[in-house]
Amino acid sequence: MYSEKVMDHFMNPRNVGEIPEADGVGTVGNPVCGDLMTVYIKVKDNRLEDVKFKTFGCGAAIATSSMTTELAKGKTIEEALRITRGDVADSLGGLPPIKMHCSNLAADALHSAIKDYLKKKEAKK
Amino acid sequence: MDHAAGMPVDPRVFEAMKPYSMESYGNPSSSHSFGASAKNALMESREEVARLIGAEKPEEVIFTSGGTESNNLAIKGVAYRNKDKGNHIVTSTIEHISVINICKHLQKQGFEITYIPVDKQGIVSPQKLKDAITDKTILISVMYANGEIGTIQPIKEIGEIARENQIYFHVDAVAAAGKVPINVEEENIDLLSISSNDMYGPKGMGALYIKKGTRIQPVIQGGGQERGLRSGTENTPGIVGMGKAAEIAQEEMETEGRRLSQLRDKLTKGVLDTIERSYLNGHPTKRLPNNANLRFSYIEGESLILGLDMLGIQVSSGSACTSKTLEPSHVLLAIGLAHEEAHGSLVFTMGKQNSEEDVNYVLEVLPGVVKRLRAMSPLTPKEMLR
Repeated sequence: MYSEKVMDHFMNPRNVGEIPEADGVGTVGNPVCGDLMTVYIKVKDNRLEDVKFKTFGCGAAIATSSMTTELAKGKTIEEALRITRGDVADSLGGLPPIKMHCSNLAADALHSAIKDYLKKKEAKK
Repeated sequence: MDHAAGMPVDPRVFEAMKPYSMESYGNPSSSHSFGASAKNALMESREEVARLIGAEKPEEVIFTSGGTESNNLAIKGVAYRNKDKGNHIVTSTIEHISVINICKHLQKQGFEITYIPVDKQGIVSPQKLKDAITDKTILISVMYANGEIGTIQPIKEIGEIARENQIYFHVDAVAAAGKVPINVEEENIDLLSISSNDMYGPKGMGALYIKKGTRIQPVIQGGGQERGLRSGTENTPGIVGMGKAAEIAQEEMETEGRRLSQLRDKLTKGVLDTIERSYLNGHPTKRLPNNANLRFSYIEGESLILGLDMLGIQVSSGSACTSKTLEPSHVLLAIGLAHEEAHGSLVFTMGKQNSEEDVNYVLEVLPGVVKRLRAMSPLTPKEMLR
């Protein structure tokens, strides 16, 4: 059902965990639906120095979370905001159609974490 | 460990079927000797199936294409034929999806359906069922055992209620037949659905027991085979296979049942003892010998299935993420689980191919898979990860 790349990211997820003093945190999904993910970011000189995630969900949810952190790491804020769900799915060699909407939420969690960072930055000024 | 999804055909069943696929290709309805040999084979199979379920007369067994067709014939056949008497059907909330969808279909045609809720262990309350009966009730349909949570229903008690009120009683015994003793006479059952593949017989074969005197009409019209209740040329190899499967199931039920329930209990106890926040879904004792449905907090079933599959263990789940509809199992919701609890459930259904070694292997690797997924989950309490 899943591509080799999805299975690789499911079995060996990259960047699992929390960032204790994260600059931004974003959570999307709902355990009732079976998917919940949180993305943590650390920002330095407008770049995502570190990105980590925690996910409750199916294989696709875990693999997309892992791939999203990999795509985002090292990118500028502007570049990271342009990462879409489609980019994540493409980088994984595609996802089963039924999983495209319910489990491919990690890009949204990333954007939410960035917005959290920007909001905090604005508040500091 | 996913025997509920599909079972291999027993080699003895395959051997019995072979001659009827190649040499003895006669049509049982023909008058010549080729036909006669097929007719005899059919009769013997009917006797075996009747014996397995305690039916008095082999003629009370009608062969069908499987459990789903048997359920259709039983419920629609009785509903349509008895609508002059009433339009009310009583069933439960944890029936197989075929029964639920047949009832929904009948609802659109003016029948009224009452779904009796079950308790936390999945048992239908006979009292609630009794209270739901009206003077319009023509049929009660309750499954013998649930294939997903394994719970066995108080069939005899429900049958008594049906009999007292002169209401037909249909039992979907697809998950139970061949695994636990069934006796349609003693348990007051009027109609009973069984499937061949769920007892190591060929796929695409099933049977419906219809007690003599039951008012029922066919749902398939044609040449009048199977006493007019199931037209269409008989699937002789399939019927022979199902007969053989019924014979073997009956012979081995006691020893195999004991062996499987020991494996089931070992697996259940092992998991509950070693993995914290794990739970058994269904009834602790009134359950199918081969079924263990286990729930793990903070993680999701599909990722558990994938993780176990990579280690060579095949199981199934009540999670929405493994279903076509993206809805969690209606059975798990009916026993009162929250959606997120239903998502974290795994179903182990063991069979002849499973040994104690398999159970040991699961007990060896499952804690690691659960731990790994919990470490990734934002729902897991921090103190559990230390």
